[in-house]
Amino acid sequence: MIVGLDMGGTHVDAVLLKDGQIIETVKRTTIREDIFRSIWTTLEALLQDYDSSHIERIHLSTTVSTNAIVENKTEPVGMIIQAGPGVRNDFSPYGTANFYLSGYVDHRGIVVDGLKEEEIKQARQLYQEKGIGSCAIVTKFSTRNPKNELRIAHLLANDFDTITLGHRMSGKLNFPRRVATSYLNSAVSNTFHNFSHHIKNSLQQKGIEAPVFILKADGGTMNRETAEERPVETILSGPAASFMGMSSLLPTTDDAILLDIGGTTTDIFFLSDGVPLFQPLGAKIGEFKTLVRAIHSVSIGLGGDSNITIEDNKVVIGPERAGLPYALGGPRPTPSDAMIFLGLMDVPENGNKEKAKEAMTLLGTELSCSIEDVATLILTTMASTIKNKTDQLLKEINSKPVYTVKELLQGKKIVPKLVNMIGGPSQALAPFIEAVYNLPCYFPPNYGVANAIGAALAKPTMEITLHADTAQGTLTVPELGIYEKISTDYSLAEAKTRAMELLKESAISKGSSAETIESEITEESSFNMVQGFYTTGKNIRVKAQIKPGQLYRLRSNGYES
Amino acid sequence: MKAENTLGLVFFPAFDWAISPTHPEREERLLYTQDQIFEEGIQDIEGIEMFNPILATDQDIQRVHFCVPDVASRLTESHFISSGGAIKAAQIVMNKEVDKSFALVRPPGHHAQRMVYGDRGFCVINIEAVMVERMRQEFGPLRVAIIDSDCHHGDGTEDIYWNDKDTLFISFHQDGRTLYPGTGAIEDFGGPAAYGYNVNIPLPPHTGAEGFLYVLNNVVMPILDDYKPDIIINSAGQDNHYTDPITNMNFTAQGYAKLNQILNPDIAVLEGGYAIEGALPYTNLAIILAMAGLDYTDVREPDYDPEKLKQPRDITEYIKRVSEIVLDKWKNKEDEEVKKFKGVGIVARARQIYYDTDGILDDQTQHFKNCQGCSGFNWIQSRADRGESVLAITLPRDACARCIDEAYQMYKNPPTAYRMIYLQDKVADQYHSRRS
Repeated sequence: MIVGLDMGGTHVDAVLLKDGQIIETVKRTTIREDIFRSIWTTLEALLQDYDSSHIERIHLSTTVSTNAIVENKTEPVGMIIQAGPGVRNDFSPYGTANFYLSGYVDHRGIVVDGLKEEEIKQARQLYQEKGIGSCAIVTKFSTRNPKNELRIAHLLANDFDTITLGHRMSGKLNFPRRVATSYLNSAVSNTFHNFSHHIKNSLQQKGIEAPVFILKADGGTMNRETAEERPVETILSGPAASFMGMSSLLPTTDDAILLDIGGTTTDIFFLSDGVPLFQPLGAKIGEFKTLVRAIHSVSIGLGGDSNITIEDNKVVIGPERAGLPYALGGPRPTPSDAMIFLGLMDVPENGNKEKAKEAMTLLGTELSCSIEDVATLILTTMASTIKNKTDQLLKEINSKPVYTVKELLQGKKIVPKLVNMIGGPSQALAPFIEAVYNLPCYFPPNYGVANAIGAALAKPTMEITLHADTAQGTLTVPELGIYEKISTDYSLAEAKTRAMELLKESAISKGSSAETIESEITEESSFNMVQGFYTTGKNIRVKAQIKPGQLYRLRSNGYES
Repeated sequence: MKAENTLGLVFFPAFDWAISPTHPEREERLLYTQDQIFEEGIQDIEGIEMFNPILATDQDIQRVHFCVPDVASRLTESHFISSGGAIKAAQIVMNKEVDKSFALVRPPGHHAQRMVYGDRGFCVINIEAVMVERMRQEFGPLRVAIIDSDCHHGDGTEDIYWNDKDTLFISFHQDGRTLYPGTGAIEDFGGPAAYGYNVNIPLPPHTGAEGFLYVLNNVVMPILDDYKPDIIINSAGQDNHYTDPITNMNFTAQGYAKLNQILNPDIAVLEGGYAIEGALPYTNLAIILAMAGLDYTDVREPDYDPEKLKQPRDITEYIKRVSEIVLDKWKNKEDEEVKKFKGVGIVARARQIYYDTDGILDDQTQHFKNCQGCSGFNWIQSRADRGESVLAITLPRDACARCIDEAYQMYKNPPTAYRMIYLQDKVADQYHSRRS
């Protein structure tokens, strides 16, 4: 059995899967001030009738890190930054205190100007005086050569409880984002550790030995131990769970638009040949631009309970939430009222269809048209608003920069063939979406616990970046902390084999079973390095990943509620 | 961080194209520049936006060049892309999507002349000229100034705009007596319809930041103040850098940044620059920051040593004298023009053009009709050492009815026999070719 649990802002959803079928579901209201209790009571309810010794794994999607960041309840962090020459960045909003080191490494990973250990002593003293127990060490181009970060960490190993090293966060080049990511990782470390230990202890007390996996922003999972090292990767796992849920309930191998339409917001995702799109550089949370790999998702202020206003004789929906629909005693007309009035949505408990009609009448008077027309206009406007946004996003996605002649001439463009939807207003809105997109539109019969299903079926993911410079005889895989010597005749083929092996080894050590690992090379290049007119070596770059996707296909016949 | 000027970057390193595996113009050329730009987080700066190139068309190429025998035989896909990258950079500025733009594209173009038999100085087509002529088609008449800051004389751009008063070309470069392509003397000052609008400033080897900025402040900027262009383009070669392997100058990343800050170009287009590891990552970053109006003071090369790069006093004095001569010449261009061309009906210009990359020698004579009613049509008689005789006629944008008539007459009935005959009609934006 697999447990999937998603903790959202309002509800905690949980499912129990057995042999690909859903055998139990639970939905509970989130207790905002106690995340752990929210999860634990939901788990207890889910498992009360089952033998917990049969649980193979537990998948949790939690907002514990996200909340800490957006509510500004993070730990103080002492930043140790080696910025070197280049753009003058202001990192003052990040750390509680920032200490800048002299010296630097260049784009090839060559140490141009070494570390001054005296400065590190000063940093230690500064942070001890301030009583700061967490630090993050980030040097420019540390993904090319992590030596400086490693040396600093070695010198400070006994002085801090938490030390995040920039190069371990991502293999991508982007120094300001590496600083932000490393900062956040240290800043949420304590909060996440507490949560993680609570979960571990409580499961032990119940005699549950199944391993716990935590959902990441890229729609994959990592085991609890890895999550403790990299808690920043758990941010924005909510949209990722929702995306995974939709992918499980409505599998496709086409280009597609995915919409999760809720009361307040609509989350938009895209599939390219059925494969999720990731944010080009990484997730953005609050004002922080990070290198955390994340499903490309965009949230707009448009949902069933959005406020409707008339501006210049036009219907405008959102971005504010009106509160409850008029039919439920809310203050303003909402799209839900239009759906109720048109009979596209069942009248909710405590609802009043007459009130929905009254809401339409209010707007109809203002627009001087019939109430039926108003209701239809509202839903068409809602669908068009979504389409305008997805058109704009697709334009951006399809014009993303490319760097080779081949990609420019033959590059893949996303042309959606269908729209998949979940969320309360899906069924009512589907015909309108179909009409404005002129594409088939699908929604699953049961979406109530889609996020929990998504969490349950997520599989461990990992991406590594290998960089080999045979002129220098060095190879780095920053995500795994590898920095080693290679021979001058090292080849692209060897690099690819090595990347695949490393990925596999690492995935197994982090809780994947060997037979379920599907890895692939996603980028590869090898450049002749020439000095004067002589070839001095090769600059080899390889990216490999565990293919994102579901652990297995959901068997759709199993679940009726 | 927010850019003071919004800046569009057309960054296209063509990682799958090279002239040959060890040629300076190879896949690796912009690799470290990309690494530096990515690591600095340039994409995340508010106001800096990345764009992909579009593809230039045959018509775009034919507006500028006579490709022998035709466009398809002379160009690879990468040439359509790099010139298309320059066009994109121009479009986003002209459409006001951004304040400024920088096309970091390859291969470069400023050695490509009007006749194109092959590759010279790593250039087949002139990407700035293809861009400028497309801009004029899309956005109407424009007064354009092209400032060529490449270390090599921009002989291709000079050739293309030799007789075009609406396109001021200023090139400062290492003196042609000491470096490829050997041209770029002060005396080469333009054709009869545009005398004075081709300005060459040959600089001695070992010119440093001080010298470049002196020339900029004391020659280039005063000329631009006089000329009042609608658009300023920096033909941005980066081989004046002190680490460049094929030149002898002492310019720096800081210097390039200051140059772009003072020149304040609307559009910059990358030209040469082959110190791909020690210079380009820093010079390109410096230019990007300067164009965006951001602080560039912390950009410096790993081996930067201002003491070592200090310009010797005799060079400073020499540069002052050159500057004085050029500026005087600019001020007296009208008088000189009268002396030189008054009463001359047809101005002939015979030249030999060597294609170093492809090893072709072209023997050509250009003839400019000194017309009172327009810029005058002109024709090139050309014969490459491995080719056949060619006649290439150009009608300028402002051609008078009589010139149009004469040019078409010449195209139909050439005075002597040629194997290939071309007519570039810039009035009607048409291109004709025939084999006889």
